[in-house]
Amino acid sequence: MTSASLGHNRQLAEKAHDIRKTALQMGKVQGQGYIAQALDVADILAVSYFHAMNHRPEDPEWEGRDRFYLSIGHYAIALYAVLIEAGVIPREELETYGGDDSRLPMSGMATYTPGMEITGGSLGQGLPIAIGACLGLKRKKSSSFVYNLLSDGELGEGSTWEAALSAAHWKLDNLIAIVDVNNQQADGPPANVLSCEPLLDKWKAFGWFSQRVNGNDLDALVKAFDAARAHTGPEPRVIICDTLMGKGVPFLETRDKNHFIRVDADEWDTAIAVLDAEFAS
Amino acid sequence: MSTKKVFAAQDASKPRLTTSAMIASIAGEGQRTKAAPFGHALVALANERPEIVGLTADLGKYTDLHIFGQAHPDRYYQMGMAEQLLMSAAAGMAREGCVPFATTYAVFAARRTYDFICMAIAEEDLPVKIVCALPGLTTGYGPSHQATDDLAIFRAMPNLTIVDPCDALDIEQAVPAIADHPGPVYMRLLRGNVPLVLDEYNYRFQLGKAALLRDGADVLFVSTGFMTMRALEAADALRKDRIEAGVLHVPTIKPLDEEAILKAAAKPGRLVVVMENHSVIGGLGEAVARLLMLSGVHPAFRHVGLPDAFLDAGALPTLHDRYGISTPAVTERVKEWLGK
Repeated sequence: MTSASLGHNRQLAEKAHDIRKTALQMGKVQGQGYIAQALDVADILAVSYFHAMNHRPEDPEWEGRDRFYLSIGHYAIALYAVLIEAGVIPREELETYGGDDSRLPMSGMATYTPGMEITGGSLGQGLPIAIGACLGLKRKKSSSFVYNLLSDGELGEGSTWEAALSAAHWKLDNLIAIVDVNNQQADGPPANVLSCEPLLDKWKAFGWFSQRVNGNDLDALVKAFDAARAHTGPEPRVIICDTLMGKGVPFLETRDKNHFIRVDADEWDTAIAVLDAEFAS
Repeated sequence: MSTKKVFAAQDASKPRLTTSAMIASIAGEGQRTKAAPFGHALVALANERPEIVGLTADLGKYTDLHIFGQAHPDRYYQMGMAEQLLMSAAAGMAREGCVPFATTYAVFAARRTYDFICMAIAEEDLPVKIVCALPGLTTGYGPSHQATDDLAIFRAMPNLTIVDPCDALDIEQAVPAIADHPGPVYMRLLRGNVPLVLDEYNYRFQLGKAALLRDGADVLFVSTGFMTMRALEAADALRKDRIEAGVLHVPTIKPLDEEAILKAAAKPGRLVVVMENHSVIGGLGEAVARLLMLSGVHPAFRHVGLPDAFLDAGALPTLHDRYGISTPAVTERVKEWLGK
């Protein structure tokens, strides 16, 4: 690795840290939230928004932007954090997270928030919507990519696989799916709920340019995103990212049943302090 | 546990009709028809408007969208037998500036893709036009293909405009009108050789508007879809018994043309009969009844619709008689209601 890329990834590491911290601050406002997911996905979002995607924070609807589709609406807290870090949403607005008349509702909705492209929440809709967007972009001869962040639990929705077939059928080389495999859906790990492995083989069999990386390793993520963008074949691209729930805050990483974790009122500041300490070390 | 049906004994004096092709024409013998009015109207519209695209879920030929596909192959998207994808992809294309017409059968749109239409299309008011064949009882294929519940299902969806055209003219004129509408639309489709009736009535389709096709002192039919054709035929038949019937055609089910319906229903001394090719639950009949109750307009009120049941398979004429939506069945019931 060159020193330049090390420096680049140092910047990304700071961004990922800031996303985690901002998400924890929002969690503190609401007293609860899908904070473990926000912590696990922060590295993916840092690489997406501060390395891979073309976008203009001052103009979130800029026609030439890459689109980011969040189908897992409950990850909104993480996306708000990256939108705040990117300057799309003013930082002071994090105080309104999840409150009445806030632009930052608990579940991400396109009609509420600048930079939120689609309404998620009903899982299994992001990838099929992305199919249409990719077709529409090709009609316009646009060079923009559509990114869709899915989760491993979401792969249980059959509509995702309708879309997986379709993307290869239409040779959607402008589509990059990112699967957050944190191995923890609402009722437990997918192996006990609805098994989805072997994921790499499945996506390859569906005709996708497929990679699997440690989703909390910035170097690996940068390489995977670069490869996905630079790939010259006609296949749609998928990056399967193995991540750790609660990443960055050890006492949350090990907390049981952490799909929707309980964080006591006095623990938020501890979590932020631990996060800062871990990052500094 | 056996779930097998018990069949009625056959009436030996009547011929046993056979189930016709998947999509039987509802045109009567010798009736004037037009071929594929939806497909041709969409081609004409797309010639003027480059943002029109067509998507289907392996039912291009069965929704007349193949005509559009032949004329505009670069704008025709065969999405495969994947209706959830069909609706979501239409939403994605609309996001990027297209005006998509998405076609399938009404059962699949209403029952299988509701959540996708709701969250990917309607919640953001995207201009997707959902056009679906086999509405109500227009196939003898059985409950898997008989959308007797689509209006009930879709009426509850906010932002969605719902259209049930009567004939080829209605469909032709509805196509550009629904394309012009800024939000999502669900339109019931008659395909193949579609009856042509309304050209004799100085009628023009207007989205959201009902039209009084004829007036009469004794009965007011408030009808939608091809039941307007049946209402016009019943009105002719009733004249022989000196019963004068008016026909108010309501092609837009939602939003309802409340003003026109109230004006016509408030005319004193008339039996109001709502007619629809749909279950008696959740369609035009209940919408009109609610409107009349809330408005303090209380005419004698009857409702011709399909029963709250999974309907039989068989030949369409047999089934339309059996469930009371054929012209003779309607005519007889109205005479009964009037005590004649």
